[in-house]
Amino acid sequence: MTDTAPSQAPGGAPPRMGFFTDTSVCIGCKACEVACKEWNAIPAGDAGLTGMSYDNTKGLGASAWRHVAFVEQRKPLGGQEPGVDVFDAAGRLGGPAADGLPPVSPDGRTELRWLMSSDVCKHCTEAGCLDVCPTGSLFRTEFGTVVVQEDICNGCGYCVPACPYGVIDQRPDDGRAWKCTLCYDRLGEGMEPACAKACPTESIQFGPLDELRERAAARVARLHAAGIPDARLYGESPDNGVGGDGAFFLLLDEPEVYGLPPDPVVPTRDLPAMWRHAGAAALALAAGAAACFLGRRP
Amino acid sequence: MSESDVTRQGLRGTRPGHQAVTGEAAGRAPRHARRGGRRKGRRGGEQPPVEPARFSSYYGRPVLNKPVWEARDIAGYLFLGGLAGGSSLLAAGAHATGRPALARPAKAAALGAVSLSTAALVHDLGRPERFAHMLRVFKPTSPMSMGSWLLAGYGPLAGLAAVTGLTGRFRRTGAAATAGAAVLAPAVTTYTAVLLADTAVPSWHQAYRELPLAFAGSGAAAAGGLGMLAGPVAQAGPARRLAAFGAALELGAMEAMKRRMGLVAEPLERGRAGRLLRASKALTASGAALGATAGRRSRAAAAVAGTALLLGSAAGRFGVFHAGVASAEDPRYTVLPQRERLRRRTAHPSPDTP
Ligand code: SF4
Ligand code: SF4
Repeated sequence: MTDTAPSQAPGGAPPRMGFFTDTSVCIGCKACEVACKEWNAIPAGDAGLTGMSYDNTKGLGASAWRHVAFVEQRKPLGGQEPGVDVFDAAGRLGGPAADGLPPVSPDGRTELRWLMSSDVCKHCTEAGCLDVCPTGSLFRTEFGTVVVQEDICNGCGYCVPACPYGVIDQRPDDGRAWKCTLCYDRLGEGMEPACAKACPTESIQFGPLDELRERAAARVARLHAAGIPDARLYGESPDNGVGGDGAFFLLLDEPEVYGLPPDPVVPTRDLPAMWRHAGAAALALAAGAAACFLGRRP
Repeated sequence: MSESDVTRQGLRGTRPGHQAVTGEAAGRAPRHARRGGRRKGRRGGEQPPVEPARFSSYYGRPVLNKPVWEARDIAGYLFLGGLAGGSSLLAAGAHATGRPALARPAKAAALGAVSLSTAALVHDLGRPERFAHMLRVFKPTSPMSMGSWLLAGYGPLAGLAAVTGLTGRFRRTGAAATAGAAVLAPAVTTYTAVLLADTAVPSWHQAYRELPLAFAGSGAAAAGGLGMLAGPVAQAGPARRLAAFGAALELGAMEAMKRRMGLVAEPLERGRAGRLLRASKALTASGAALGATAGRRSRAAAAVAGTALLLGSAAGRFGVFHAGVASAEDPRYTVLPQRERLRRRTAHPSPDTP
């Protein structure tokens, strides 16, 4: 439904920019969350403890534009040898190095693995939030990202349930809708977004979407070769339900494990059919009402 | 995190309920009593308790951000919009067929309902002073934008129709406004179904085929009820018929809708939404029946029937509203249908059929 920003428009428009979040190297430091809050002057959320591992942010919302998920599983991470004695291993450092990554636990023993993933607005090619916004507050930038204009938003709240990823939300005290801008202000100055800048492991990679997709494909192939068959890309395909995510992910388990929808579809895909059904219903109503006045007088 | 540790012997000191249960296990925990809530109505549709489908989730948290709309404002708006649209149709018919005592209250009801509904919409905005931003753009991909323009056209016509009807002045203008309002009225009544359906909220989106018919019926039933309540029995024949037509349309469409929606029909039958929708069904059916029988002779019976129809319509809108919110709050209604869609797609890969 929405216009797609061309990857490289003529006339010097910038290419479509995005994020590739490689969760396989995320260490859960939350530097991205902090940097985002600092740069964008986002109010603090409620500071309660949730009991959900190290996650007290809970999810994306009006005042959480990056959210680091922590998942504890009884399952070995590929390449991790559960029985390894780190002190022993450290003692042997400098000696003859073992070749490549150690094998997955051979006896199938299960251990804990800890998945961490920094979630963010997907900057969808077909963005539900943008499609339904009645004021034109949400718009697509020259970088192909989706941004709220806070001086236009009247807080109608329609974008909130229209997002199939549960990203955008209304700030109760302020009344307007807020979400990740992919640091539109920084991009304009040629700087990378604050979260990507702060990420110490390059789990968050920022760049032209085409380039990120190539990099991501190579990374998945490497992880598969290293014996991590769980590695998969999420949201990178332009054939998905939102025409491809401008911010996509490398995950180590099913998307729903991280709180992501397994097969999201932008609601407006069905909008032409919805208008048709509503039109038919309107005609039925008009005909039915007219029929009530036919016949006998009383 | 001090309670549980990974040791060489495995996991120590786990605290059930505090660790991320992942994989399929996460969906296994019953999040609420699945068999409760449907004591009554043990008729045909009741299914035997089945093993709840398994799915993964992130600590059972919702995938979607739930609607931020106030039920009173937005469900109230859905009801009032339907009442206004239906009343304009009734008013135009009564006007054209020489039933002034029915036309006058119907026109007044249309104006009152559309004014109140607009007030509810503005009240629900996070920034009410920016309500005029609604007409900043004309955007067919946004049902709310289309609805704003529709109301901007319909509201003044309904107002003109009501004022000329009550004062008896400017008859030509009044007749034109009455007809104009009736032309837009069916759209006013049904577009609100698109407004709800064009969201990722499972129980709203999956309802998009039948919901406009249900809302059309609900609006007609409410307007018919109002006509019976406010118009004299002698002139309210069309109101009684409109109520019967609307009630049948609403009840039929809701049944068909629930049958086709599968899993995401559940929220329509549970909790607050379920209670509201059962009340709506009873009120609408009994109101229409009473109106078509005793309501033809007795003014008192007509008033009771009309009130029941109005309440039934309102309860229906609040029920649909709450069902949607409940479906967004539970990840199973997001994850399970999407998993099923993925499974079917991998089983029969056919890229060019939707
Ligand atoms: S993820 Fe949601 S908020 Fe972000 S662009 Fe897509 S629809 Fe909009
Ligand atoms: S809340 Fe603001 S950004 Fe969201 S749809 Fe309404 S006007 Fe647009």
